[in-house]
Amino acid sequence: MSAAFDFEKDSANTPVKEISGVASVSRRTWLKGVGAFTGLALTVGVNGLVMAADAAPAKKYGGAGMPGGTVNDPLVFVSIGADGIVTIVAHRSEMGQGVRTSLPLVVADELDADWSRVRVVQAEADESRYGNQNTDGSRSMRHFFTPMRQVGATARLMLVGAAAARWGVPASEITTRNHEVLHAKSGRKLGFGELAVDAAKLQVPPAAQVQLKDPAQFRYIGKDVFNSVDFRDIVTGNTHYGIDTRLDGMLYAVIARPPVYGGKVASFDSAEALKIPGVVRVIELKGSPPPAKFNPLGGIAVIARNTWAAIKGREALKITWDNGPHAGYDSTAFKTTLQEAARKPAKVMRNNGDTMAALAQAGKRIEAEYYIPHLAHATMEPPAATARTANGKCEVWACVQDPQATRDTVADRLGWKTDAVKVNVTLLGGGFGRKSKPDFAAEAALLSQAMDGAPVKVTWTREDDLRHDYFHTVSLEHLESTLDAKGKPLAWLHRSAAPTIASTFVAGAKGEQPGELGMGAINIPFVIPNIRIEAPEVEAHTRIGWFRSVYNIPHAFAVQSFVAELAAAAKRDHKEFLLELIGPARQVNPQEMSDTTNYGESPVLYPLDTGRMRQVVELATKEAGWGRKVPKGHGLGLAVAYSFMSYVAAVIEVVVADDGTISIPRVDMAIDCGPQVTPDRIRSQVEGACIMGLSLALTGEITFKNGSAEQGNFHEYEVLRAFSAPRDLRVHMVPHKYDMPLGGVGEPGTPPIAPALCNAIFAATGKRIRNLPIRDQLKKS
Amino acid sequence: MTSLNINGKQHEIDLPEDTPLLWTLRDHVGLTGTKFGCGMALCGACTVHLDGEPIRSCITPISAAAGKKVTTIEAMAEDKIGHAVQEAWIALGVPQCGYCQAGQIMSATALLKTTAKPTDKEIDDAMSGNICRCGTYTRIRAAIKQVAAKGVAK
Repeated sequence: MSAAFDFEKDSANTPVKEISGVASVSRRTWLKGVGAFTGLALTVGVNGLVMAADAAPAKKYGGAGMPGGTVNDPLVFVSIGADGIVTIVAHRSEMGQGVRTSLPLVVADELDADWSRVRVVQAEADESRYGNQNTDGSRSMRHFFTPMRQVGATARLMLVGAAAARWGVPASEITTRNHEVLHAKSGRKLGFGELAVDAAKLQVPPAAQVQLKDPAQFRYIGKDVFNSVDFRDIVTGNTHYGIDTRLDGMLYAVIARPPVYGGKVASFDSAEALKIPGVVRVIELKGSPPPAKFNPLGGIAVIARNTWAAIKGREALKITWDNGPHAGYDSTAFKTTLQEAARKPAKVMRNNGDTMAALAQAGKRIEAEYYIPHLAHATMEPPAATARTANGKCEVWACVQDPQATRDTVADRLGWKTDAVKVNVTLLGGGFGRKSKPDFAAEAALLSQAMDGAPVKVTWTREDDLRHDYFHTVSLEHLESTLDAKGKPLAWLHRSAAPTIASTFVAGAKGEQPGELGMGAINIPFVIPNIRIEAPEVEAHTRIGWFRSVYNIPHAFAVQSFVAELAAAAKRDHKEFLLELIGPARQVNPQEMSDTTNYGESPVLYPLDTGRMRQVVELATKEAGWGRKVPKGHGLGLAVAYSFMSYVAAVIEVVVADDGTISIPRVDMAIDCGPQVTPDRIRSQVEGACIMGLSLALTGEITFKNGSAEQGNFHEYEVLRAFSAPRDLRVHMVPHKYDMPLGGVGEPGTPPIAPALCNAIFAATGKRIRNLPIRDQLKKS
Repeated sequence: MTSLNINGKQHEIDLPEDTPLLWTLRDHVGLTGTKFGCGMALCGACTVHLDGEPIRSCITPISAAAGKKVTTIEAMAEDKIGHAVQEAWIALGVPQCGYCQAGQIMSATALLKTTAKPTDKEIDDAMSGNICRCGTYTRIRAAIKQVAAKGVAK
């Protein structure tokens, strides 16, 4: 669920300078290993600032810049039966954000269809047909609102054309309303179903002839009139998630994977495992050496007649591992490594003015370091996939965010052509970025092949999920500033030391890449004359991957905590100080902040709008009653973050009891995500992002020792439970007309939560939390 | 052979007696509405009713369910309180990904069967064994209160 990089579809003739442009490092190019990573054509400018090489000509932004681009052909997405049932294809993956409802709803609105006569079907993986399907980066509605409107409007125009021909009247005299085509002059009307056959014979009219609705006429878009198309099935237990696939003759597999990244099987003994009733076979699954990419980690698979027998069989395996070069990975030691890296000059990624000289000026010097450990996604549905690999074909059923990458990865692992692989996308029991990586689907495909084509379901247990995740990075954020006599910051130095997601794809990639720093580290619009952002080149020792809002988590935690620390040092109200730093309402071109990535969006279409940033701060603080007197032990904390083209501010009220116990009576969040299609699903996403933010702030931590993750289940990796959830969680939305580009929704709510909470704790107790998770740092024994 | 009564139907199960009810339901009986989340009774995704009591089916061997009535999410629409809970879940837009919601609904229904008007604390106590990673907790509370307010669960 992330946009760490701008994933452009590469082709054989992709010029190297394009892939090397820091703005658009293509994942699929990485997968092919094109170009030496260290050679990334980064050039060092005269002032030491790392610059991108020449921008590629005619760079494509937004949906057009994604693999597969966007498609607006109604014949691909809409079919209408003679019975009038309109079937709309949902081509993005559903993981709780409501996309299986919202995108078809947009089509239905423009089509003038009656929603009760609409059915939604899930697309299989095929980006050449549907356009981009990679459901991450909070992009679905941002990229497909307009194409889906065009799909609906074009289909509507074809129905009108069919009626015009049938009645022999000009199309201009024909209107549509609620699943019917009408000719007012003659009082004639026909249902969609009665025109479907004729309409399908017509040429698809060119886009220029297609008129989109006046937004004032929207019936569904922007209205809270529907629940998800899946709710009924969800509450009655009739849904099909990746883990729920059942096929005739299906076998069940669990896999013992190497406990250390890059490790492999030295030897194994399956004799005891094979004695477990129900165990059918034990198979060694070859892994591939790092970088992991999307490939299976390898290990020993136990194939059985049911999941439980496979689990028991795995317990009975005796395996000796060759742990490889990462066997020494130790989180305590690595924190020191990060600290050392963050305390000395590093690669400069943004440089305005002369920060080092300004820091040394007379004034109040403030320095702080913030630490956020590795996190695991812990989707409630662990990774699970079923495959049938037989007769030269492979069919997969899987809970994947990136269907096409699944198809490509499975084909690559089997050594087959992509056309031989079909991927059916199930519902996802949570995604959060984990299921953007289809390693588990490739496992199922390979095991089915090894079992001579019998269908095999691979289920990851919770222990598998937590120990072998593509982990959220670990980071150490070092910040320095000097306040002048009036309490204004003269300079801002931020060194962000964290392993990069690039390391999962390219051997030897070190330190945060521009797209990662463009998540709230370099693209800060603060009115400070001297700003310097540096990225130490630290190494990765495990699989690093996208986690909901990605590098915005550590960056927002550090930046928004540090602003509050500066405000406290200047003896200023935090909100007033923050607004002063943001400065007057204006549109900042991200490139002025050395952000060449901008989440893959056009810097012209999507500048950083400080007016909108100010507005969410004003809205959240107003609703929360910022400045009100609170009882002893209570505190209000504020933070704001811009991510995925949306602006979110949070005010958290915390209560810290005498024994240090934390509770949260109230949270007010304000979001400006541009125009809104399904407002209640936006609210629910922001609520969920808040809970996830609280979870990581309070208890989220994966630690490594001797190369392995130490946490195996929810007693060791604690996530937020009902009793810790805010008593009152309010989401306030900034209204917009449909005259501006849309922002993301799934991720932007998460980044401001941890800093808002820690700022609230500071307000309540005077204690500043700089290391997450908070866990028992406030506890008094 | 273990004899199980599941949603009112008798099933003869030919699996080792220590096989958890969860995997028996999912892999053997074909009722996949009950979900796997942790295997250690830590997350509540696998919650079913055993003689009306909420239990974690991932750590309940089939031997412990023999002779008792197992009720799963698939039968909740026929339960007066269960149905009301399902309707409240839809009305308030509780689910996000939905994966944990079968377990949430089983826990909420069990609570409302014993406590028609639960307090905030009673709701938190009853529901804190059910993890929702999407973070639907505040809506779950509201939906339980809505059912309680309607007086379905007397």
